[in-house]
Amino acid sequence: MRRFVLKAAFALAVLPAFHHAAAAQGTLRIGMTASDIPLTTGQTDNGGEGQRFMGYTVYDALINWDLSSATKPSDLTPGLALSWALDPADPTKTKWLFKLRPDVKFHDGSAFTAESVVWNLDKLLKNDSPQFDQRQSAQGRSRIPAVASYRAVDLLTLEITTKSPDATLPYQMAWILMSSQANWEKLGKSWEAVAKTPSGTGPWKLTGFVPRERAELVPNADYWDKARVPKLDKLILIPLPEANARVAALRSGQVDWIEAPAPDAAKSLTSAGFKIVTNAYPHNWTWHLSRAEGSPWNDIRVRKAANLAVDREGMKELLAGMMIPAEGFYPPGHQWFGKPSFKLEYKPDEARKLLKEAGYTPEKPVVTKVLISPSGSGQMQPLPMNEVIQQNLAEVGIKVEFEVVEWNQLINIWRAGAKDASARGGTAMNYTYFIQDPFTGFIRHLQCNLAPPAGTNWGLYCDPEMDKLFDQVRTTFDPKEQTAILQKIHEKYVNEALFLMVTHDVNPRAMSAKVKGFVQAQNWFQDFSPITMDK
Amino acid sequence: MLRYALQRLLYVMPVAFGVSIVCFLLVHLAPGDPLTAIMPIDATADQQAEMRAAYGFDRPLPVQYGIWLWKVFHGDLGNSIASGRPVVSEVARAVGNSLILATLATLIGFGFGTFFGFVAGYFRGSVLDRLASLVSILGVSVPHYWLGMVMVIVFSAILGWLPSTGAGPGGSTDWRPDFDHLRYIILPALTMSAIPMGIISRTVRALVADILSQDFVQALRAKGMGEWDVFKHVVRNAAPTALAVMGLQLGYLLGGSILIETVFAWPGTGFLLNTAIFQRDLPLLQGTILVLAFFFVGLNLIVDVLQSALDPRIQRG
Repeated sequence: MRRFVLKAAFALAVLPAFHHAAAAQGTLRIGMTASDIPLTTGQTDNGGEGQRFMGYTVYDALINWDLSSATKPSDLTPGLALSWALDPADPTKTKWLFKLRPDVKFHDGSAFTAESVVWNLDKLLKNDSPQFDQRQSAQGRSRIPAVASYRAVDLLTLEITTKSPDATLPYQMAWILMSSQANWEKLGKSWEAVAKTPSGTGPWKLTGFVPRERAELVPNADYWDKARVPKLDKLILIPLPEANARVAALRSGQVDWIEAPAPDAAKSLTSAGFKIVTNAYPHNWTWHLSRAEGSPWNDIRVRKAANLAVDREGMKELLAGMMIPAEGFYPPGHQWFGKPSFKLEYKPDEARKLLKEAGYTPEKPVVTKVLISPSGSGQMQPLPMNEVIQQNLAEVGIKVEFEVVEWNQLINIWRAGAKDASARGGTAMNYTYFIQDPFTGFIRHLQCNLAPPAGTNWGLYCDPEMDKLFDQVRTTFDPKEQTAILQKIHEKYVNEALFLMVTHDVNPRAMSAKVKGFVQAQNWFQDFSPITMDK
Repeated sequence: MLRYALQRLLYVMPVAFGVSIVCFLLVHLAPGDPLTAIMPIDATADQQAEMRAAYGFDRPLPVQYGIWLWKVFHGDLGNSIASGRPVVSEVARAVGNSLILATLATLIGFGFGTFFGFVAGYFRGSVLDRLASLVSILGVSVPHYWLGMVMVIVFSAILGWLPSTGAGPGGSTDWRPDFDHLRYIILPALTMSAIPMGIISRTVRALVADILSQDFVQALRAKGMGEWDVFKHVVRNAAPTALAVMGLQLGYLLGGSILIETVFAWPGTGFLLNTAIFQRDLPLLQGTILVLAFFFVGLNLIVDVLQSALDPRIQRG
């Protein structure tokens, strides 16, 4: 017994020493918010986080995102394609030619060619192809709605034909990641086997995979972009869906970096020497307004009044500074922001005046039912934030009633549209958006023919003038001209107060002071290649 | 004895069938689309319909149940919607992890619970009784997720002695009872043992007090039997009930505490259930609940049989 007590005492005494010895030099351990390792076979799941950690790390797209700058919004950059343009010989403007990068190898050593792209597109779009994968298809098919057909012209030239002229194709192709045919064949044509030992062309190779627990990645020393060969020895991804567990793991030194620390943990983390890194990115937190018959939001004065009634600075205080007050649908400084004339300021008196003009009084207030969720991907802190808005709007004469539904249920209601019975008479919905490209940023919300069930124009908005602008985006192939049109669209979004625009998330992540060289791009995805770890 | 065991086994059949119906229907009653987790958020209606058909969710519920039950009979619980992996392997791995945690937590809980229970029962009304009772009441009353968080703050965040999350330095796949891995289990096991410790302590205290007041104990003492021999009689009489309580507690712990496993990111059944619930991963949810329910039923069966072996009067009853 005495010997046992002595052993136990010794064990307790040496515990701290063992604990600190566990952290290896040059290894970055990240606590993700996902509850599982994102799908590893190519087309990732788990939304933006999946693409961030298991997409652009192990794989490349033909066109990648430039993630090198923290000071300007990121744009597209050549990936596995050196260049892309419309086929000059095609008068219909539907044929695109992609010149592919030579001498690119997959992690298994096989060569990347135009046939690889055809094989990967078949994997997603051709149900009867041997490599068709339902899970990857579920993720990738809806990302490339423009694609009608494709073929390899030669070893390094790919032709893609779109259903109609569509200048947003490059943005769509940035979603599609290339996995290795040779690896799939070597592993018995089994995607389940590929999941354990995948092969892409990306800067990282997956070397360890424990479902729901961890993934280990090591640098691909032969990566085609020598400037982006990772500097770390190893990158370890750990799913930690519970926010407090992430903070505890960071504070106890089990991880070096956590995604999305809770705002109320920020102060204690910084005072304990951790860094909180934030930046603007294409995300917004809005109320999507119903434009169905009978909705109070059909009156522009009501929409503007609501936008002028929200105290965004007050909300910023609530979120410990972790938000960017909305000045438009896009964050201020974005290349598509333009120069909207309507300013989203806190002017309750002006809001009251507008409501009075619209025929509303304190005795006869605007009444709206808003669908909200208690949590959800990108929803930030939906309950307290919505309560702030409810109070703000009540002060100017807009009476808000909430219908709280579970997040997955809210997604289904969003897909079904404002007129569907599942919306329970709601005339607005609190929904956050990924707004990284023209389609996800603008078109899908408001194009007439994308009203449910054809698309996700939840509010059933329809304006021929806006549709005309959307058509111009699709048919304008000069990037500068296209940007000018996108700015016009954004100005219309803001000037007509088409949404209740509240805030933008700042993509917070907390990390140990040992993490060096990380540049937080203004993007949903990030580059882990330049990161190093201090000893 | 064998007849009794077989009879109990027979009773288990309708219970198992009922359990299968309940766990299939319950998960379908919850709102939300099970395919939400794997479809891009703006998948079109056509794509959603295609996926629904591919996963068989377009069929009537009784048909879905029939197909599922048929597969279950053949040892196939289907594939997880979210991960695509077979539910059997997901659940097996999680049950294994929960079993390790639950066994340790039960041992701690049963050990300390029995000790405190006996001390309190033997020294009823004394300071020792009050102290032991206080500890057991705390064990039952303190919210265990709160206790877990406090443990993490003290032993992981402040002192940095023990890891706060995970099952081992390389995950749970190569788990073995060595120091590197045991460090990871200490905090969740201690947290998890609080409730069974409290319950067992309270039960044993009441049992010991009751047994000590019975005539046969007075008779044994009157016959001049030593206190140690009397104690053995008390233990023998208290054992069946204490064992039944421990069996139930082990069953609960095997189900994995969703809160504890989530706080410590312990990859057991509780963590798996939490994930499955949030992702509306119906096959995974159904499979996990079914396996856990069967575990519970099986454990009850074992406890029943063990109880009757320890006390043949139960069989006759």
